[in-house]
Amino acid sequence: MNFELMGDSILPILRGAQITVMLVATSIAIGFFAGIGMALARLSRNPLVSVPAYAYVFFFRGTPLLVQLFIVYYGFGRADFVKDTVFWAVLKEPFWCAVIALTLNTTAYTSEIIRGGILAVPWGQIEAARACGMSRVLMFRRITMPVAIRQALPAYGNEIILMVKGSALASTVTVMEMTGEAKSIISSTYAPVEIFIVAGSIYLAINFVVTRAVRRLEHRLTPYQRARTEADEKQAGRKIAFAALRGRQAADDIALPQPSSDRPQD
Amino acid sequence: MIELLTYGDQGWGDEMLRGAGMTVAVALLAYAFGIVVGMAGAAGKVGGGSVLRGVLDVYTTVVRGVPELLVIYLLFFGLSSAVMKVASVFGYTGYIEVDNFVIGVLAVGLISGAYSTEVFRGALQAIPNGQIEAGRAVGMTGWQIFHRIQLPQMLRLALPGLGNIWQLTLKDTALISVTGLAELMRMSRVAAGATHQPFTFYLAAAALYLVMTTFSQTAFQRAERHFSRSVRTASGQPAP
Amino acid sequence: MKLWTSLAGAAAVVLAAASAHAQIDSIKLGTEGAYPPYNYYDASGQLIGFEIDLGNELCRRMEVECEWVAQDWDGIIPALLNGRYDAIIAGMSRTDERREQIAFSNAYTVTPAWFVASAESDLAGLETLEETMAALEGKTIGVQTATIHENFLREELGDGVDIRVYDTQDNLNLDLVAGRLDAGLADATSWQAFLDTEDGAGFAHFGPGLTGADFPVFGEGVGVGLRQGDTELMAMFNDAICSMIEDGTLAAMTTEWFGVDTSTPCEQ
Repeated sequence: MNFELMGDSILPILRGAQITVMLVATSIAIGFFAGIGMALARLSRNPLVSVPAYAYVFFFRGTPLLVQLFIVYYGFGRADFVKDTVFWAVLKEPFWCAVIALTLNTTAYTSEIIRGGILAVPWGQIEAARACGMSRVLMFRRITMPVAIRQALPAYGNEIILMVKGSALASTVTVMEMTGEAKSIISSTYAPVEIFIVAGSIYLAINFVVTRAVRRLEHRLTPYQRARTEADEKQAGRKIAFAALRGRQAADDIALPQPSSDRPQD
Repeated sequence: MIELLTYGDQGWGDEMLRGAGMTVAVALLAYAFGIVVGMAGAAGKVGGGSVLRGVLDVYTTVVRGVPELLVIYLLFFGLSSAVMKVASVFGYTGYIEVDNFVIGVLAVGLISGAYSTEVFRGALQAIPNGQIEAGRAVGMTGWQIFHRIQLPQMLRLALPGLGNIWQLTLKDTALISVTGLAELMRMSRVAAGATHQPFTFYLAAAALYLVMTTFSQTAFQRAERHFSRSVRTASGQPAP
Repeated sequence: MKLWTSLAGAAAVVLAAASAHAQIDSIKLGTEGAYPPYNYYDASGQLIGFEIDLGNELCRRMEVECEWVAQDWDGIIPALLNGRYDAIIAGMSRTDERREQIAFSNAYTVTPAWFVASAESDLAGLETLEETMAALEGKTIGVQTATIHENFLREELGDGVDIRVYDTQDNLNLDLVAGRLDAGLADATSWQAFLDTEDGAGFAHFGPGLTGADFPVFGEGVGVGLRQGDTELMAMFNDAICSMIEDGTLAAMTTEWFGVDTSTPCEQ
């Protein structure tokens, strides 16, 4: 183990970490809102809206991110119908190609997470809102969305971590993020294990911060649970607790219903 | 463009399909390996001592927190030299080659195993304690409690999670293309490079992956229904 | 308990795959498989190219069984050091930097490095080194990762250019055609193969051919990469390469694949 080399590699890899964070932050920011839109489209009763949304989610969840990235980067790089449009200014840049691929991917996963959250909003709360005379928009803004997001938060935290990890693939399309920097150092030092240990530790640190931030947000968004006793917790219903538990543990939106054509969602 | 995907010496269709076969083989073995690791890991996390629990926590945290690409690179570059170092302790100084296929299965299996561990642990812990107490009360041994009470319910409770892990595992195999193993992603990269038609080949790869994920997802949904047949819910749908 | 059985199972798999080389009667050759015309795949999934022919001929002359192993370029030296294969035949130039890690046989080919750009760009037509280097300032230039070409760009042009690093030459070519790059730097014979394709028709090389004679970073020709200390294998390769040089086979082989004789003299 060459510790001197590990020390020397920290600075360049941290420089790459900035790009990693920028990649993830941009994709997550766009993907979150696009995901809400996609979730609503999926839940729409109009098949002209829900079927394309279903197809979108189906494609992006069913194929590896690496394939999606290569289609965006190398595939569209060859496609003449893109070259003559304004999109080329964006697609020309590897960074933006990576952002596009990550965003398209996270939109699909986020929409499933949010949809699961919306479906888990207790019906009684909707009825209560209606009884108060809330309009649909107001109800959506004040009741459905806040409750759904709270429900979805643990799973969404996992999705952010998946994005941090997925951003490593950007190195395969010339973006010099963390893994790219690490590989570049390896190509001149031939010490892959040492360098990857340094990079891996920084990834772990980033994900640790993400996990902490999501936990804190969870805590803030659940003032009513903070006051609860443990006995109340148990009464709150095992089903939801278990769903949240599984959601927190296995990444890939484990707490969520699978998209399936034979199970109409409504 | 279509002739590029044909079967035989002129097209890349047969190479792509062979690659897909390799992808399935790696994914199946890695998944099975991951389930064994996951069951053992969950048992250790629930019932093990503090040292074992600590080791398992490090394993699941690190493997789930570090990019899959890094785990694969680490094993790819590090495993051979680690094995050689161990061998040299026993006096063997030659080169020991660990096959790419084995590395692919181990790397993807270890990633899959970390997720499986957590799913199995969640399932184990979701079984009400009262049932275990009841088992003890009627005089069951620890093993009897495990395989008569915990195991059957654990499988049902873990199945949705395991289905997702299978999808993850299948998609993760695309990353072992960096080791040169001739799986689907590798073959598409080779074909895209050789023919300069990336759009065709990456779309074809996406289609093949979609076929694999859709097919297996249907299988998992069937299994879920099968194992949940004894559980009734108000809606008549399988319980989670 | 279960953890141990699974670990033991894993260990058994690893040991089963382990193999040792007692005597040199069979070796594994590592190559990249994405570097036409040196080594690449044809549509039937077979490795072909100048170096595949060369490697097979060398093995025939050394009277050893050879097996080809494909390995991505960025891991090609670590994998040699790990024992995944015993020799690298992958268009690898013999540089001082690499000699710190591995040993090289006698060279078997030497070719200059070229810059290539779109024939319509303002770079095309440049001739001298000075005007080329000045014109490249501020441009986006593609190179393959961990190559002499990447090192050259970093040393000579450094921060003055936007260097894009690719895993394979094939992918670099794709991006050159896509228009993401102003220029690329690579080996002349590799460029020639690209320029001869339909995609490469609109491109041309510019500036002088760069060689190790002017810039040590380019090394001294292309040789077989070996582990330091594998002296017996080194001697076998050197003898085989020199015999191919002396009877003219190497000259014929380079001419067949590159269109020109790029073979080197025997150094022994």
